[in-house]
Amino acid sequence: MQTARMFLDASGSAPMTNRTLDAFHAGLADGWADPARLHTESRRARQLVDGAREAIAEILGSRPEQTHLTHSPHVGIERVIAGVDAARRGRERIVAAAIERDAVLHAAEYISGGHLTTVAVDAAGHVDPDALLRELEVPDVSLLAVQHGNHEIGTVQRLDRVADLAAVARVPLVVDATATIGHVEAPEHWDALVANPADWGGPAGLGVVALRPQTRWLPVWPEGDDWAPGGISVPAALAAAVALQERAETLEQTSTRLAGLIDTIRARAATWPGVDVVGDPVERLPHVLTFSCLYVDGEALLSRLDRAGIAVGSGSACTTSTLEPSRVLASIGALSHGNVRLGLHPGVTEADVDRLLALLPRVIAELREEAGAPELA
Amino acid sequence: MDVRRDDAAVGDGGPVTVDATGMLCPLPIIELAKAARGRAPGTELTVVCTDLAARIDVPAWARMTGHEFVGETETDGGAVALTVRLR
Repeated sequence: MQTARMFLDASGSAPMTNRTLDAFHAGLADGWADPARLHTESRRARQLVDGAREAIAEILGSRPEQTHLTHSPHVGIERVIAGVDAARRGRERIVAAAIERDAVLHAAEYISGGHLTTVAVDAAGHVDPDALLRELEVPDVSLLAVQHGNHEIGTVQRLDRVADLAAVARVPLVVDATATIGHVEAPEHWDALVANPADWGGPAGLGVVALRPQTRWLPVWPEGDDWAPGGISVPAALAAAVALQERAETLEQTSTRLAGLIDTIRARAATWPGVDVVGDPVERLPHVLTFSCLYVDGEALLSRLDRAGIAVGSGSACTTSTLEPSRVLASIGALSHGNVRLGLHPGVTEADVDRLLALLPRVIAELREEAGAPELA
Repeated sequence: MDVRRDDAAVGDGGPVTVDATGMLCPLPIIELAKAARGRAPGTELTVVCTDLAARIDVPAWARMTGHEFVGETETDGGAVALTVRLR
């Protein structure tokens, strides 16, 4: 019997709903013209993009005119860090949480000319406020980057506290919310924010950047359009907005339900020998979970689950092209190998989770046996 | 490599070195765990690795299995030697 595929890697991308697909098609049919021109067809395309931007801004809690669509979250991260840094001339250092995603750390490292300082996180992934305060007390910091929630371990940062420290030090706070928008309420405290439509079930190839009215930002490229030179995909913008609205309409029910499913998986995985469940069990994203399995090759685990019809993610060194261990997992002292990252989209059911929980311990045991690993107590 | 399959105490409690150079994760940890089996508490085990992921994995292994991570030193050949004390 052919069993249905089960997608449990909804982190950074998620299956699109019919409403989102319809919006994308409508965008293709009605928004094909270049929004930058003056005729009626262009005006219609422009109206669609403007409407999308307004809808997204409303959910982010930002001003539409300071909510910018860009070509990807990565481009958004690079441009926002470069522009905020440029407006803080004379301050050479960028401070970032050690748990930031690579896109943030790489951009910060490059833009600051190697003057990136990372602030340690505790075992649950929270930024150490004392260490952060020590860094911000030195008056050479151009900006602080702290994420809203983590895409691998799910921990949600205490941004109100972080923002207080940044405000006292008068350092702008750049918040990477690419793993959180569409899953939990948008954070309140930030000077610049980046979001990822693909993460909330919109199309890939789009990023969102929001700035506060008081945030100083300077363009660092000569093009006329600071955020999306060459223009943005109208259908993608429209579909992203509709996908986010759909998530927002059912945010509370969906997050409560998915958080319950993750709680079930957390509790069960914690009873498996040699399995380490990471991240904050309470202050976390509702839909994300990572656990690591001793003596297991993450890539083999992924392939075996995939053959059984289940798609999961991994933060394992062995599965990345760079062969570098995940910095996120390294920052909290978790194993670099044998990691399973789950991302539940709203369509995931209790039966799906049961199927996963029935299969996983068996696959882990098989792989350990094949590798000749010792018995675990 | 000095690895015994029985659960009786092995070795004299003196320091033991496991060569895991050239191995990729999770093999160095598996070799470390095999070498730890049956050894007396207090024994110091050092695993020599070229896969730098072991710098993360050996302390994590110690935490998860109730042993103590002692520290790391770099060796001449660009490898890293990671030491744990068994409990």
